[in-house]
Amino acid sequence: MTSAINDHKVSGTTFGNRFRRVLEGLAPHLVLLSYAVIVLFPIFMIIINSFKDRKAIFGMPFQIPNAETFSLIGYETVLERSNFQVYFMNSIIVTVVALALTLLIGAMAAFALAEYPFRGNALLGLYLAIGIMIPIRLGTVGMLKLMVNFNLVNTLSGLILIYIAQALPLTIFILSQFFRQVPKELKDAARIDGASEYRIFTLVVPLVRPALGAIGIFTMLPIWNDLWFPLVVAPSPKTATVTLGVQQFLGQFVSDWNAVLSSLTLAMVPILIIYVIFSRQLIRSITSGAIK
Amino acid sequence: MEHQQTRKSFPVHILVFLAPAVLIYTLFMVYPLIDSLRLSFFSLNEQNQEFFVGIQNYIKLFTDSNYAPRFWGALQNNLIFFAIHMVVQNSIGLLLAALLASGIKGSSLYRTVLFMPTVLSVVIIGFIWQLILNPLWGVSESILQALSLGDLFKPWLGLPETALITVSLISVWQFVGIPMILFFAALISIPEELMEAARVDGASGWQTFWRIKFPLILPAVGIVAILTFVGNFNAFDLIYTMKGANAGPDFATDIMGTFFYRTFFGQQLQLGNPTMGATVAAMMFLIILTGVLIYIFLWQRRIQTIEM
Repeated sequence: MTSAINDHKVSGTTFGNRFRRVLEGLAPHLVLLSYAVIVLFPIFMIIINSFKDRKAIFGMPFQIPNAETFSLIGYETVLERSNFQVYFMNSIIVTVVALALTLLIGAMAAFALAEYPFRGNALLGLYLAIGIMIPIRLGTVGMLKLMVNFNLVNTLSGLILIYIAQALPLTIFILSQFFRQVPKELKDAARIDGASEYRIFTLVVPLVRPALGAIGIFTMLPIWNDLWFPLVVAPSPKTATVTLGVQQFLGQFVSDWNAVLSSLTLAMVPILIIYVIFSRQLIRSITSGAIK
Repeated sequence: MEHQQTRKSFPVHILVFLAPAVLIYTLFMVYPLIDSLRLSFFSLNEQNQEFFVGIQNYIKLFTDSNYAPRFWGALQNNLIFFAIHMVVQNSIGLLLAALLASGIKGSSLYRTVLFMPTVLSVVIIGFIWQLILNPLWGVSESILQALSLGDLFKPWLGLPETALITVSLISVWQFVGIPMILFFAALISIPEELMEAARVDGASGWQTFWRIKFPLILPAVGIVAILTFVGNFNAFDLIYTMKGANAGPDFATDIMGTFFYRTFFGQQLQLGNPTMGATVAAMMFLIILTGVLIYIFLWQRRIQTIEM
C-alpha cells in the first residue's frame, strides 16, 4: 500500500517534470510567435484588403479576397492618378547613384586613412567620424540655403549629394577598420612589382567585399525611406521619391480606401521582397560585427 | 619607412584618395550644420539680409509666448517619446534577443520576420497603423471585442491624452528590430565556456541571464541607448505622416522635429522663420551632443573600468 502510494508519487513527479520541460521548451516559441503575429498582422491586413472592393474592405476586413470580393480598382486609381512610375524611377536613381558613389568615395578615403600614417591622420579620422552621431538633418536651414545657391533645389543631384554626405562617415569608419586587417605582405609584394598606389587600391577593394555589401544595405534603406530631404529640398512632382510621393498621394486620396491600400501595398512589397532575399546577409552582417 | 616622402610634401595619391570624401562631407554636412548654428545668432530684415542679434533668438525661444510654450511642450513630449522607447522598445528587444539567442529552433526565420517593419519607410508604417486604428474600419475594435476587451477601444490617435503614447508605441513596433538584433549579436558572442561553468554551478536560466550575460552585454546596452536617444530627438517622419506638421490633437504629439519643421517653414497662421528654425535646430544639436558626450565620457569610460 505504502509502496503503491510511493510509486504513484514518483511517476507523478516525473510526469510533472516532463510536462514542465515541454512547457519551458514551448514558452519561448509562444512569445516569439505572438510577437510575430503582432508584426505581420497589420502588414497582412493592408495587403489582402488592397485586392478587395470597397464593400468587402469594410464588411469583411479579415477575409482573404475571393472571386466575389476581388477587385483591382485601387491599383487602377493609383496608376491613373499618381506618378508612381516616376516616383519609383526617382527613388531608384537617387538610391543607386548615391550608394555607388558612397562606396567608391568612402572606400578611397578609408583606404587612405588605413594605409598611410600621414600627419593629421587621426584628427581627420575623428573629423569624418563626427557625422556618425550628429544627424545631418540638424543642418537643414544651412542646407536649403546651399541648395538654393547651387541651383540644386528640386533636383535629384541635390538629393544624391546630401545622401552621400550623410552616408560617408559610417562607411569610412567601418571600411577603414576592414582595410587595416588586409595583410601587409600582399600590398608590399605588389609595390615591389612596381604597382602604383591606385593599382594597390583596386587590388585591396575586392578583399573587403563583405563589408561593402553590409554597408550597401545599411546605406540603401535610410536613403530609400527618407521623407525629410525630399520634402524639404526636392518636393516637386518631377523629383518626388516613392516615400514622398506616397505621402502626398495618400494625403489627397485619404478617403479612397482602395487607392490608399493599393498604394501602400505597391510601396511596401518591392522592399519586402528585396528584404526577404537579402535578410540573411543583412542580419548576419550585424551579428558578425561588420557594423559596430 | 615607406612614407618618408610625407616629410617633404604631401603625396598626391593620398590627396586623390581623400579629396572627394572630405570635400563632399565638408560642403554638404559640416558646412550646413555650422551655417545653421551661425544663423541662430542672426535675424533677417525685410530685404532678407542677415543681421547679428546675439542670443535674442534663444531668449525668444525660451520666453516669447509664440515660441516658448511650443518649445517646452515639444521638449517634454520628446522626453516622453524617448522614455517609452527606452522602457518598452528596448525591453521587448532584449526579451526577444534572449529568446532568439537561447538556441531555439527557427531562430533565423523569427529574426527575419521580427526585423521586417524596421526596413519599411516610416510613412508606410504610419499609414498602416492609421488604418488599423481607424474607428471607421473597426479592425482593432473587432479584435478587442474578440478578446472581450471591446470596451477598451477608443480613437487613441485622436485623443490628446493617448495620442502621444499611441504614436510612440507605433514607433516602438517599427524599430524594436534594432535593439533586438544588437542585443542578439552581443549575446551570441558570449563564450560558451562561461555559460557551461554557470550551469555546472547550478544557476538557473534567469540567474545566468542577469548575473552573467547581462553584465557582459552592457556595451550593447549603451549603444542601443544612445542610438535610441539620437533617433528619438531627431524623429519627425512618423508624427508628420500621422498627425501632420501641427502634431495634433492640440500639439499633443508635437516633438522637436515637428516643432523645427513648423518654425522653419511656417504653419497656417505664422510665416516660416529660417533663423528661428536654425535656433530650434541648434537646441536639438545641443541636446543630441549632450547625450553623445555623456555616452562617450561617462558610460564608455565606466564600462572600460568595469571590464578591467
